[in-house]
Amino acid sequence: MIDIENITKDYVMGEEIVHALRGVSLQIRSNEYIAIMGPSGSGKSTLMNMLGCLDTPTSGCYEFNGRDVSAMDDDELAAIRNREIGFVFQTFNLLPRADSLRNVELPLIYAGIDSETRRERATRVLHDVGLGDRLHHKPNELSGGQRQRVAIARALVNDPSIILADEPTGNLDSKTGEEIMALFESLYQRGHTIILVTHEADIARHARRTVHLRDGLIESDDAMVLGELESVALSKIDHRTMNPLLRK
Amino acid sequence: MKRFAYELSESWKIAVAQMRSNKTRSTLTALGVIIGIVAVTLMGTAIAGIQIGFDKSMAVFGDDVLYVEQWPWKPVDDWWNYRDRKKIKTEYAEPINRMIAATPNSNLVVAVPTSSLLRSVKYGQSEVSNVLIRGTVSDYLITSTFDFKEGRFFNELESRGGANVCVIGYDVADALFPSEIPINKLVLINGQPFKVIGVVSRQGTFLGLFSLDSIVVMPLPAFQKYFSAKSDSDVLVKVKDKTKLAEARDELTGIMRRVRGLPPEKKDDFSINEQQALKSTLDPIKSSIAIAGLFVTGLSLFVGAIGIMNITFVSVKERTREIGTRKALGARRRTILLQFLIESTALCLLGGFIGLGIAYVMCNGIGKAFPSFPIHFSLGLVMVSMIVSILTGLFSGFAPAWTASRLDPVAALRYE
Repeated sequence: MIDIENITKDYVMGEEIVHALRGVSLQIRSNEYIAIMGPSGSGKSTLMNMLGCLDTPTSGCYEFNGRDVSAMDDDELAAIRNREIGFVFQTFNLLPRADSLRNVELPLIYAGIDSETRRERATRVLHDVGLGDRLHHKPNELSGGQRQRVAIARALVNDPSIILADEPTGNLDSKTGEEIMALFESLYQRGHTIILVTHEADIARHARRTVHLRDGLIESDDAMVLGELESVALSKIDHRTMNPLLRK
Repeated sequence: MKRFAYELSESWKIAVAQMRSNKTRSTLTALGVIIGIVAVTLMGTAIAGIQIGFDKSMAVFGDDVLYVEQWPWKPVDDWWNYRDRKKIKTEYAEPINRMIAATPNSNLVVAVPTSSLLRSVKYGQSEVSNVLIRGTVSDYLITSTFDFKEGRFFNELESRGGANVCVIGYDVADALFPSEIPINKLVLINGQPFKVIGVVSRQGTFLGLFSLDSIVVMPLPAFQKYFSAKSDSDVLVKVKDKTKLAEARDELTGIMRRVRGLPPEKKDDFSINEQQALKSTLDPIKSSIAIAGLFVTGLSLFVGAIGIMNITFVSVKERTREIGTRKALGARRRTILLQFLIESTALCLLGGFIGLGIAYVMCNGIGKAFPSFPIHFSLGLVMVSMIVSILTGLFSGFAPAWTASRLDPVAALRYE
């Protein structure tokens, strides 16, 4: 689904050229759960921006579902982001003055979907993430975990090919963080492709495959032993928070 | 197309939410536009009022009447050439009329002599001074538009016989007969009694300079009997078809040259004036008043627009991360551009509405307090103000909106 071939990215910082990525190749198949790890400055944010079609590589090739993203212009990239990628940010990035429903509807507006369908789909995904009773709450009336759930619902609403989560638990306490990770796990179980960008090993452990970056290069790319991973994952799932999802 | 409509309605919602969440800021910013729109609208009403007054004043002359006079109705540099011209005499009317009758398919209808000067008019203890006393013939009604409030104009018999009768203007009637019916009363002009047979309806002022209602009209022979000295005379000639004004003018010029007995090599020693010529003399003055007025008031609107531009820039800066988020979620450049354009336009429209409301109230107030002040509030003006508001919004919002639409999503998302 995602095929990155030897991409590089250079930034000009004043007089200096920073080589953020120095030739990264990566394949991601459908329904993978992959964590991208690395210390700050390793290029993982840059790689995430590439994967999320927020930025284009300096050189190299990026194919998304068979389409060459590296050659697209701004508006084509916007369309790809809108339909194929669901973003989950560390800081949630919800619109402060809009209620949950309107926040979740936003990608559908940009997709040109009529208001009735928008409402219906947004309501459904909010139910899916366990916020069926918080449709008309504004972000400042929600807890951090609930906000992140709204953000996840927003990422899901357009039924994207991948969900790209950038430190999704970074602004949450560890218990709430685990609840969010359980939500990702269940999304994965239901067939979603999830890319997790994090520097926390605890969080990365939820993924089935981990890619380590260092100095703009892939240091290691190893799928964990399945059995080991599952035992870790299962031990962390709190079945009560999963309830609304399991009912579905 | 559908997506555009959704984006548009979304942008409106955001704009309204934005204004509501920043009430003070929005109000203060809109204030600039409010002041601008009030100024421009009031100027617009004044200009429209001046135009209407101007047209009304011009209508007094009639658009199908030629005036044979010593002086032309325009500024002249060589005034000495005009000063020594022979005076126009009321007697010219007779040969002119004879020649009109003798010309087949003449473009002219009839020539009417008038003679005027200023005198005071008395009735009992009341006196009105500086009234325009005019002697003319009964055909005067053909060349001039008079509506009678009471009574009638003098007939041909009275006209020829020079009866001591007169028709008085609205102001004269108002001043001399505040509580009486003027008809059949005797007024004294220069010590001579004249019987009032008609009162003319209100005509208003000429360009606000002098009243057209301060007038007394009487038969020419009576006028000449008592006031012939120092009066100004001219001849009014009615034109048959006002679309053939130029031909009529040429014909009248020929007739006048024959009346004056001018040899071909001599220049005209009279002027033939018409409303249109006066209009084209006065139009540039009127236009420059309008342009200067609109420019000055437009400046205040411009200042308001800069205020909006500034606040939209602030808004873009404050919401950089939101813009980044929206872009990440699939907002295209156009979407962001539209969003901020609509925000600035909504502010300007709000200001426009309020400004228009204030201008309307002020217009009514001024109209009530000073009825003579030329002000005219029209639907067209409302439309223009709204369009100006929208244009102001688009103009002031464009630069910030453009900046926002060009933001790099990565940088915008990282913006603190």
